[in-house]
Amino acid sequence: MSAIISVKGLTKNFRELNAVDDLSFEVEESVVYGFLGQNGAGKSTTIRMLLTLVQPSEGTINIFGKELKKHRKEILRRIGAVIERPDLYKYLTGIENLRIFATMSGIKASEKKLMNELERVGIAQRAHSKVKTYSQGMKQRLGIATALVHDPDLIVLDEPTNGLDPQGIADIRNLIIHLSKDLHKTVFISSHLLSEMELIADSMLIIDKGKKVVEGKVNELFDPSDMIVQLKTTDNASAIEKLNISDLKKFLYHKSADNIILKLHRDEVPLLVKRLVQMEISVMSIESRHSLEDYFLSLTTGQRHVGAS
Amino acid sequence: MWELLKIELLKIFRRPRTYIAFGAITAIVFLVQLALKLDGKSYIDLLLSNLSGSFEFSDEFKSKLLNGYLVCFAILTALLIQMPLLVSLIAGDSIAGEANMGTLRLSLIRPVGRTKYMIVKFLASVIYTIALLIWMAVLALFGSMLIFGTNDMVVLRSTGIDQIAASDVMWRYFAAFGYAAVALTTIAALAFLLSVFAENSIGPIIATMSIIIVFTILSEMNIPFYDDSIKPWLFTTHMVAWKGFFYVKATDDGVTITGSIANLPAILKSLTILLGYIAGFVFIAIWVFRKKDILS
Repeated sequence: MSAIISVKGLTKNFRELNAVDDLSFEVEESVVYGFLGQNGAGKSTTIRMLLTLVQPSEGTINIFGKELKKHRKEILRRIGAVIERPDLYKYLTGIENLRIFATMSGIKASEKKLMNELERVGIAQRAHSKVKTYSQGMKQRLGIATALVHDPDLIVLDEPTNGLDPQGIADIRNLIIHLSKDLHKTVFISSHLLSEMELIADSMLIIDKGKKVVEGKVNELFDPSDMIVQLKTTDNASAIEKLNISDLKKFLYHKSADNIILKLHRDEVPLLVKRLVQMEISVMSIESRHSLEDYFLSLTTGQRHVGAS
Repeated sequence: MWELLKIELLKIFRRPRTYIAFGAITAIVFLVQLALKLDGKSYIDLLLSNLSGSFEFSDEFKSKLLNGYLVCFAILTALLIQMPLLVSLIAGDSIAGEANMGTLRLSLIRPVGRTKYMIVKFLASVIYTIALLIWMAVLALFGSMLIFGTNDMVVLRSTGIDQIAASDVMWRYFAAFGYAAVALTTIAALAFLLSVFAENSIGPIIATMSIIIVFTILSEMNIPFYDDSIKPWLFTTHMVAWKGFFYVKATDDGVTITGSIANLPAILKSLTILLGYIAGFVFIAIWVFRKKDILS
């Protein structure tokens, strides 16, 4: 499959702050690509660079095989996006808001087409009500409708389930799966609801403090029978050195001065403990984790990582 | 471009706050007209008091003086000082308001160039300004003509008085309103520029008014250094040049020349300076905005 988004060496500095640091990744066609990171990790800045709201300090972004900087309009015509909370014109009705963004996307949408879009996100019955009377969930749905109204090939969603009730979250999840699997759209989605990502994402990228921590297909990164083991020792540097020259090297997934993470099958955990003792590594604690959320937390907590395997 | 402009106009004219300015103008014009209808004689006496030492005015002359044209002139003189605030309410909100609402980022991820977006935004502010001025013209000029009738118009100057024949007045008002449109567009352009730097509309509105107040004080100060080096280049100095359309030339016998303007080159110079300000403000606003990171 070809890469819809190709990012190389993307960096953004805000004076002293290094918001995004040498980030590279690729998003393939027709996948749901999860973009994870804690608050302040650089997700929003990255998404804003993908959408030309923020200019990169360094690096290149290619979308649909073309350089974003040179083909901005052509590329944006094929992208639909919602960034953070979808603020709209509160004194206008839902359908008026939708018409505005459809026109700005270069299409003349009929009343029927606009109503269909509102139907798709489940707010057609409130199409002619002013947005100021909408609940947060309804605004979120209208925001998603504005992203889809011009039938884009790439959909960028930043926290799309914010403010939604459980039924609303399930509806949006089904809509994203439908867009990807049935309509073959590419969806680039950031969310803090990691359990949701586990259900919908094909691939994912985790960033922390502007740097890539890990990228890959979800089923390869996280197999239900895999365990994520976080190791704390009295001397991490020495422990990493010993692990690097041992048969345990193949389990090493992430290593830093503060954090050693190993990924292995659950049946291999006893063997790991045995070998650590044999290698005289002074273990302070060993924690096994097995959900994506735990995995995410194990990768992004603590101090800046000095390297990832 | 037209489709985008229609969107901007929809956003402006569907917003309740837009009509605050129209309401304020209606109220002020009505109050001035009411006051002059009830006690116009006192106003005329006050107006002529400075000249009474050297001129004598008959009661018949005084009664003709208070007509729709003079009332409109009085309203314009008073209102054009307040108008900048009303104009900056919308122009100062044009970018900052969108940033504050969070709709700026939603707009700029559409396939619309930032320069085009800014031009459309500015044009919408100009259309609003002109609409406001037309509303004022309808109330102040045509309203006053209906209430007070028409007659020759008398304009007081430091050198004396100009009497303009009734048939020679209307085109001067059209010219004055045209000039006022440019003057207020200068204010709109300033508020628009300041709007680029802010993320809520209060800042640009207050900053615009502050600049106007400081510049107006400088324009009014009679200090030789300011007179020669600064005043000629302040836009506030040229905001009131619309009055020049009501200053007429006279023959050696003191008879006013119909269709004449006492100092047309001065008006054209003021107009050029204001147009220069507009171009400068808008150019800087677009230049800054094109490079701006949208973080709102």
